[in-house]
Amino acid sequence: MTALTQVAPATAVRRRGAGRRQVLHWIAVHSFGLALGLVFTLPIVFVVLTAFMSDQQALTSDLWPRDWHPENFLTVFQKAPMLEYFANSMLYSLLATAFMLVSSVPAAYALSRLRWRGSNFAFMIVIAAMMLPPQVVAVPIYSMWANLGLTGTLWPLVVPYLLGDAFSIFLLRQFFVTVPQDYFDAARMDGCSEIQILYRVLVPMTKPGLAAAGLFTFLYTWNDYFGPLLYVGEKQDSWTLSLALASFRGMHQTQWNLTMAATVLVLVPVIVLFLFAQKSFVRGITFTGVKG
Amino acid sequence: MTATLVRDTPGTAAPASASRRPGHRSRHKWWAALFMAPWAVGVLVFFAYPLAATVWFSLTNYDGLNTADFVGLRNYAFMFTSDPVVGTAAYNTLWLVVVLTAARVLFSIGVASVLTKVRHGAGFIRALCYLPSLAPPVAATLTFVFLFNPGTGPVNTVLHWIGVQGPLWFNDPNLSKPALTLLTLWGSGELMIIILAAMLDVPKDLYEAAQIDGAGPWTQFRRITLPSISPVLLFGVINSVIFALQYFTQAVVAGSVASGSAEAVGNSKIIGYPSNSTLTFPVWMYNEGFRSYHMGYASAMAVLLFVVSFAFTAIMIRQLRSARGGEV
Repeated sequence: MTALTQVAPATAVRRRGAGRRQVLHWIAVHSFGLALGLVFTLPIVFVVLTAFMSDQQALTSDLWPRDWHPENFLTVFQKAPMLEYFANSMLYSLLATAFMLVSSVPAAYALSRLRWRGSNFAFMIVIAAMMLPPQVVAVPIYSMWANLGLTGTLWPLVVPYLLGDAFSIFLLRQFFVTVPQDYFDAARMDGCSEIQILYRVLVPMTKPGLAAAGLFTFLYTWNDYFGPLLYVGEKQDSWTLSLALASFRGMHQTQWNLTMAATVLVLVPVIVLFLFAQKSFVRGITFTGVKG
Repeated sequence: MTATLVRDTPGTAAPASASRRPGHRSRHKWWAALFMAPWAVGVLVFFAYPLAATVWFSLTNYDGLNTADFVGLRNYAFMFTSDPVVGTAAYNTLWLVVVLTAARVLFSIGVASVLTKVRHGAGFIRALCYLPSLAPPVAATLTFVFLFNPGTGPVNTVLHWIGVQGPLWFNDPNLSKPALTLLTLWGSGELMIIILAAMLDVPKDLYEAAQIDGAGPWTQFRRITLPSISPVLLFGVINSVIFALQYFTQAVVAGSVASGSAEAVGNSKIIGYPSNSTLTFPVWMYNEGFRSYHMGYASAMAVLLFVVSFAFTAIMIRQLRSARGGEV
């Protein structure tokens, strides 16, 4: 968990002999900070504890499980085809991420490193598209997919990523502009074509940027609810985990323990992803400066 | 890290660079066309055409199956004069735009200023504060509806210990939106990290000079920190506004789960529970367009949503342009 410290430049070391006041100040700040961190964590702790409770205990106001019931997690899989939903979510997220990288990396390169008329205008369109609430254009796009007979499948969700994702283009561009111009000049003098420069020079140098864009696309699609609801909401075979989880309590279980166990199952992949790729997440966020 | 936003376009950085040689511009043109081609198709199919089509559909009677009949401004007239629900939906979304944006930005500033002071274990504490923002909105909403459930939820249990009668939260029309606001604050880690990074970018000697002049912490914050991070704050505000304008998932899921109904989520009978207090503008639009198949009417609502959101996007683009010396 040290990656996040990298955001902070090393603070100047205070001179010695600061005395008791500073010690007290240190204790106050750090206990407050720790309390803050715990407040953010507590909701997840309560969810996990409830997920281990018995059916009866989950209906009480107890906070701590009397005896632990890890079999709740297995029951979730019996109540609903969670593996199928997990596979659908995976398919959606992985395809979208791969498609995004194929289409958005060259676009971001053209917007950041090539000089051509209209690049400023194109960048403005990228920002406008990035800020557009998805609901605004939902009706015509839905009609389009319905006319193609593809509603009820995951295609309407992943194909757009093959045609460039505005947020990813924006984020990649932010990374690409930081590479010194000399590298490009040298490569051009060596006779590299722009495609070679892109994939032999730029991509190897901006792997953290690609990782951040990939992670954000994966996470956005993994967490997406509106898109799947629109296109596969009526077709349970194609449900994603988010769709299934939203309906879980109503359809399968009125008690909290199994709903919370299902919630934990949806949270776990995200937490694992974060633990492995913390650095990329944080770098990605600070590089956008725009995305809130 | 607004620095990344105001950075010069490359190529202008090194005057003697090869890209400045005559002939390069035209060579780039074809490469740019090749690299931008998929995106250009995407913009036409998923941005330009649907925007134009939404405006057209908003002037028609359209059910998604049969051809759209032109009805002029009747959908707009219905929206502004006759629809008994759209006013509530617009009010709920406006409530979120104002309260949620203010709460989110102020809360993020508060947490970020605490985090700047923490020196030991800073990475760990920051990770704890940031992690919830990654949680899928559906999972986060379920978490909060459980935490705040009036009968047996941990929040009311703790309130009971200290002798307070816990309110109904997501089951009370007056408290459902504040509860959703708390849920959003829990997940505002990204904004916190952005503001934190901006705060850490402020040169330390500014604070030291101010301390020598005898300025207290509040004066330092108001005179040094706030002006330094104001560009980042503007983006934070605009992003939060856009976020609030499209508020959908949390509202739909909270309403349906709190209602305890066995109906599938998104069913029109339970949206907005309790008493339409979580019925946001996009939720009503979704219901009209994709549940009742009044797609013409939903398009009219979409046009209104677009006009409002684009006003904020325009502010942001203008800010970007001025930050980069007119070149965007």
